[in-house]
Amino acid sequence: MTELLKAAFKVDYPDFNLDVDLQLPASGITVVFGPSGSGKTTFLRCLAGLEKSGKMEMAGQVWQDENIFIPLNRRAIGMVFQESRLFPHLKVRENLLYGYKRTPVDSRRLHLDEIVRVLSLENLLERKIDKLSGGEKQRVALGRALLTSPKLLLMDEPLAALDTQRKNEIIPFIRKVEKELSIPIIYVTHSMSEVLQLVDTMVILKDGKVVNWGPVEKVFSDINLRNAIDDEHLGAVLDTTVIEHDTEFGITRLDLKGQELSVPLQDISPGQGLRVHIHSKDVSLATQPPEGLTSVLNILKSKVKRIGEKAGYSVDIELDAGQPLLATITRKSLSNLNLKPGQPIYASIKAIRMVHENQ
Amino acid sequence: MISGAVDLGPVWLTLQLAGITVLILLTLGTPLAWWLVHTRSKFRVGIEAVVALPLVLPPTVLGFYLLILLGPNGWVGGSVEALTGSPLSFSFAGLVFASTLYSLPFVVQPLQSNFESLGNAPIETAASLGASRWDAFYSVILPLSRRGYLTATVLGFAHTLGEFGVVLMVGGNIPGKTKVISIEIYDRVEVMEYSQAHILSGGLLLFSFLVLLMVYSLNKKLPVNFS
Repeated sequence: MTELLKAAFKVDYPDFNLDVDLQLPASGITVVFGPSGSGKTTFLRCLAGLEKSGKMEMAGQVWQDENIFIPLNRRAIGMVFQESRLFPHLKVRENLLYGYKRTPVDSRRLHLDEIVRVLSLENLLERKIDKLSGGEKQRVALGRALLTSPKLLLMDEPLAALDTQRKNEIIPFIRKVEKELSIPIIYVTHSMSEVLQLVDTMVILKDGKVVNWGPVEKVFSDINLRNAIDDEHLGAVLDTTVIEHDTEFGITRLDLKGQELSVPLQDISPGQGLRVHIHSKDVSLATQPPEGLTSVLNILKSKVKRIGEKAGYSVDIELDAGQPLLATITRKSLSNLNLKPGQPIYASIKAIRMVHENQ
Repeated sequence: MISGAVDLGPVWLTLQLAGITVLILLTLGTPLAWWLVHTRSKFRVGIEAVVALPLVLPPTVLGFYLLILLGPNGWVGGSVEALTGSPLSFSFAGLVFASTLYSLPFVVQPLQSNFESLGNAPIETAASLGASRWDAFYSVILPLSRRGYLTATVLGFAHTLGEFGVVLMVGGNIPGKTKVISIEIYDRVEVMEYSQAHILSGGLLLFSFLVLLMVYSLNKKLPVNFS
């Protein structure tokens, strides 16, 4: 049985409206993605009860509707913000325990020792807040939120203020929190690399409305996404499995539903999963396999599934390569190839982005 | 013309007046400043202007209206007289009342800009950690507002210390009851006792300077940084 987070909010400001109605799985990491001004933060504030509007139900419990309104301090919600928002007059330990002390004893499921272990905070406990690095601050902030034993964790661009190296330090902890403590996370970001590293379920917002939502593979193979995200991010997200490493050529071979992809050597053992992102503009199409030699390593046998609307000189094509794949070609090429839905096609892939590669 | 020892009565009375006034102002100023920062009421701008009035009004104007208000025929003085038998004008209680109004902006404005700079983030963060508004105010806002309270206390105290016009209008010049330092200095000068005027004036000058010095150096040591 999947528990649900039901959220229906309507917020009207003079220059901004939010209108969403979603039923999300109350488990895993749900990434809310969108450009700035799309309503991501407002959506999060609604979930937190900081904007009184609409209805919300968490795993069968009503948190707000026409009659009920549970204020933030009595919602089982933990929040992590872009700025750590640690209390500068308290030490790390006191910051961590601030929410713990205010959580009713019988609701405390997570305790200091466990959180300190999961987030590796052992050496920070007696530090002052201004003696922490940016990454350490965010780990403490995450720990402080978790020590309220929340049923839902809201994270508002928690890595946006950190450099790439610090980001990569924190992301495994966020995955770990979700896996080991099984706390569902709603994660707001505008960073595609964070999306791909964290996401289970994805919600794309634009101008206060939900453009698309669902499992990440489904969302990213939607050709209508072009209007909602930057052109450069358009493209399918594929889940592959590592077959083997070819150290001589510095290549890792991946399995995609029986077909093979080669990527630069990865530090992942065979049999493990690797999520890749193939930008639609890196995919070119041919009706026949290339004759003779080609420098392109990755060619997937596919079928044309859907031809998108023509816009300007280009057009998006949705392909079926075992998993959905997107290609952006010119309208001229479309006419030359005379593509029709159902037609077999060879997709040459010029570049594959691994999700831990920072874009 | 050197006379005997300086009469310390006015000094003591002034310190009492300033101390009590500041305590009252911190108590009333805190909710007022908080309200000014967080309200969406249309009256906010009006109230803000009223709070700032003592900054621009000549003290004699303020003193004149207070004299009427606190006198036996005014609404405050009249009701107090009905209750206690004596009006507020020309009494120490009347001086406290007057000083409270007169020094109001010096306490409310630093607190207001302090609360404004903190914004909603600390309260919301504390709420996400299970703290009610009161709890959050005591456990987070107050400790983060040490600078604001220090500035408010010192400015309120020092400003009350130096008040002259309002005191003269409302309290007169009754030794032991309403005669404060600034009026004592004026009296000494009137009767050409410059040496005593010097001692009191120099003392006040030095005290004010030291207090401000302390505030500015402490302010550097109390960083307020919520991010």
